Amino acid sequence: MTAVPEVLVAEHAIEYTYTRSTGPIIGAFLTGLRDKQIKGIRAIDGRVIVPPVEYDPVTSDDLHELVDVGDAGVVTTWSWNATPVAGQPLDRPFAWALVRLDGADTGMLAAVDAGDEAQMHTGMRVRARWADGRVGSIRDLLCFELEGDLA
Amino acid sequence: MRRDVAIVSWASFETPSEPARNEVEMLLPVIQEALGNVGMTQQDIGFTVSGSSDYLQGFPFAFVGALDAVGAWPPIRESHVEMDGAFALYEAVNVLQEEGIDTALVYAFARPSRGELDRTLALQLDPYAVAPLWPDARGLAGLQAQAMKDSGRYPQLLGAGHEVPPTVVADGAVAVVLAVGDRARELTKTPAWIRGIDHRIEPPALGVRDLTTSASTTAAAAKAGATGVDAAWLHVPYPHQELVLRAALSLVDQPVYSAAGPVMVGGLAQLAAAAAGVAGGKARRAVAHATSGPCLQQNLVAVLEGGDAA
Repeated sequence: MTAVPEVLVAEHAIEYTYTRSTGPIIGAFLTGLRDKQIKGIRAIDGRVIVPPVEYDPVTSDDLHELVDVGDAGVVTTWSWNATPVAGQPLDRPFAWALVRLDGADTGMLAAVDAGDEAQMHTGMRVRARWADGRVGSIRDLLCFELEGDLA
Repeated sequence: MRRDVAIVSWASFETPSEPARNEVEMLLPVIQEALGNVGMTQQDIGFTVSGSSDYLQGFPFAFVGALDAVGAWPPIRESHVEMDGAFALYEAVNVLQEEGIDTALVYAFARPSRGELDRTLALQLDPYAVAPLWPDARGLAGLQAQAMKDSGRYPQLLGAGHEVPPTVVADGAVAVVLAVGDRARELTKTPAWIRGIDHRIEPPALGVRDLTTSASTTAAAAKAGATGVDAAWLHVPYPHQELVLRAALSLVDQPVYSAAGPVMVGGLAQLAAAAAGVAGGKARRAVAHATSGPCLQQNLVAVLEGGDAA
């Protein structure tokens, strides 16, 4: 007999045991990402909002008109993240940015793989870097990179 | 408001990190102090409401466990908001408009030192387009600070030394006792009357909002009647946000007392601080503010006055 006491070990996964539909708007956006197509939605005031929302942010009306936008655009504001934490898009320093894609009127939150804070400035152009093996998730859009950067 | 409501007592506790006591153990002395200041026990309270975030404790309905700090028997009339305690106070003020409920206890608590607050707060964001990126709270605040610099309207932020500081991580609890009309006058000689209170919310998508202004604060201030104030107590999680709030509230040269406080607690703590200011004669008519969500997404504005109810 060994003197080491037996230790019981049990797996415990915290999980959400329901499935739900992402619906016709968010679902279309996520499905589009799988196909490298970013979609927005036209608001009551004519603006194209990206990512699309189900209800108008001003009037709360239902929104329906999905609009394809480009996968490159302009940084409208940014902040440098010198110490990425677990789960973030990149594990090396990067910039958070709001990116106003070509054809859109609002910025979407994304990571910009700029390498160095000195590369970042408001108004700079960036282009999407897509994941391989896309599944219909916001993570299909890995990050943005400086437009023209062939890295 | 049909019935005048006053803050009649308060107590709070804050520490950078509470290593030993759990949430209930932090709350117990704070609630006892707030009730004891005006000679009350939980049995004298008509409505109890709290503000906290279950994500901080890491399991669903964690807030229910905090009820041990007020006692679960005999049954009480009780509610909770998954927000800063200031928004729980708003619910209490509304409940106190009903005949038959004359007193309320509002409390808030948080112990974010146990986890990674910058990550935990990401769980409150859009679950499809934002939360899967795990944006840190400080990074989002940085988007606002940069937008303010780019706007040209905030020269105070230009130059070195204006980087967004780390997210405040502090543990703490706060409790506030409310009472209506004559009940408030019985309980204290110095009630802080809530002359107006309102809260407004902006769209969750940061790119849809103008981050350099606070439309929701301005709207809430208009609804609350926040004019002619001689001091302000602002809930400011990141320093640059004070500039946005000063503009939104049209503050000019009044004294402004800003604090972040523990997440979920800081806003209610600022309402309590404003009540203390009014009760102690530091201000005659004060505006108190609380915020919740990224980049000042949701804002509450209250107007407090000393002296007797009209």
